[in-house]
Amino acid sequence: MFELLATALGGGLAVALVAGPLGCFVVWRRMAYFGDTLAHSALLGVALSVFFSLNLSVATALVPLAIALLLVWLEQRGGLPLDTLLGILSHSALAAGLVLVALIGELRVDLMALLFGDLLAITRAELWLIVGVAVVILALLALLWRPLINITLNAELAAVEGTAVTAVRSALMVATALLIAIAMKIVGVMLITALLIIPAAAARRLSTTPEQMALWASLLACLSVIGGTAMAWQADTPVGPSVVVVASALFVVATALRRS
Amino acid sequence: MNALVELRGVSKAFGGQLVLDEITLQLERGAITTLIGPNGAGKSTLVRVILGLLKPDRGERVSRANSIGYMPQRLHIDQTLPLSLLRFMTLAHRDSAHCRATLARVGLADEIHQQPLHQLSGGQLQRAMLARAIVHRPELLVLDEPVQGLDIAGQSSLYRLIDELVAELNCAVLMVSHDLHVVMSASHQVICLNGHICCQGMPEQVRSDPSYLGIFGPATAIYNHHHDHSHGDECQHD
Repeated sequence: MFELLATALGGGLAVALVAGPLGCFVVWRRMAYFGDTLAHSALLGVALSVFFSLNLSVATALVPLAIALLLVWLEQRGGLPLDTLLGILSHSALAAGLVLVALIGELRVDLMALLFGDLLAITRAELWLIVGVAVVILALLALLWRPLINITLNAELAAVEGTAVTAVRSALMVATALLIAIAMKIVGVMLITALLIIPAAAARRLSTTPEQMALWASLLACLSVIGGTAMAWQADTPVGPSVVVVASALFVVATALRRS
Repeated sequence: MNALVELRGVSKAFGGQLVLDEITLQLERGAITTLIGPNGAGKSTLVRVILGLLKPDRGERVSRANSIGYMPQRLHIDQTLPLSLLRFMTLAHRDSAHCRATLARVGLADEIHQQPLHQLSGGQLQRAMLARAIVHRPELLVLDEPVQGLDIAGQSSLYRLIDELVAELNCAVLMVSHDLHVVMSASHQVICLNGHICCQGMPEQVRSDPSYLGIFGPATAIYNHHHDHSHGDECQHD
């Protein structure tokens, strides 16, 4: 029992630590809808991996990446605004994923677990994969922190000052896709964006520097995972939604505590 | 001597619409170039080509500048990003003492260095952008409509500051303006753009050029430059 809980918490906390700083970028760069799109496409990745017997983790990371690249290409072609493109991609991927899951047939995929996560079901091997990916993302963010803030501030200014804007932006996209692949286990496809933006938004109230905001976001996301897991354990509620409910409650508290 | 930045026959079109047509120009070391032209003349596009942000369709850009300082037309500061004025500077230059000195040089006092960027006034934000543009002591300083949105007093004091800084830094300057009540007399070179280069030369030449008069008319007031400093070799370059 204890080991089950420890594994679950370990995985959840690893994801929460990364979701803090990455969620800040999602908020700063107004990428909430972009995160949703990638998350929804991860479901398509799962369906494809089952359908064609591919490696699950690889497929759930690669499909969001492919969607991200498709988005860049569509945006450069012009003609449609970004939110329309995101809406098309997001819902097409979600619908295609759901159709494919239905075609796969009986009970080979736990749809509820995919959509809303099942933290308590993660295995030891999955835990190490999650921790490994989390460490890679954190290292990437730490290494590129200044350029990332600079391209967030103003991409053209950053480019003139010598930042490799496209490379840094791509790294952020890769990091987001990787996080989605590991966070799907924890909170599910539908709620990944919530774990990214709610702690970050709550952290904004408490911070005066980008670094403070990233740390607060990580802390609040970790508290959400702990609280949500406890709630699920005690009251037998689904873990993913429980985590998000705790995050929302923390957001309300942080807003009430607001110092300007 | 080779020019610091050179464009040779640069053309650029967007969606079949030719925005820049065969632009050839040189930005020389230590010279102030003012780029003027009506709205939609391609000024911003030309600036982005000069900065290397945009690849021309035809022609080439040769840059010998090791560092470029850029003051964009405006800087949108998202409220969700907590960033103090000082941090805005240290993002560009790690030495915070040097950043503080640069802020002080553009007239932003110590008391506001810790203030959030989005709480600064328009004029303070312009000065902050100017400070960031010069923090690396660039060889080329590009200012895209630097006094936009300021009142007349704010405009002339910012222009005076820019003049002083240019003399101190001894850098090449490219200044964009659609507003003609501007430092034309301080410029070594004025380029009048309207898709192509209409005319180019010393301020006095441009002012009497028929194509300039055709676009802007003769009744244009020219900002009179306050010579409260000298441009000689005795200027400090620390």
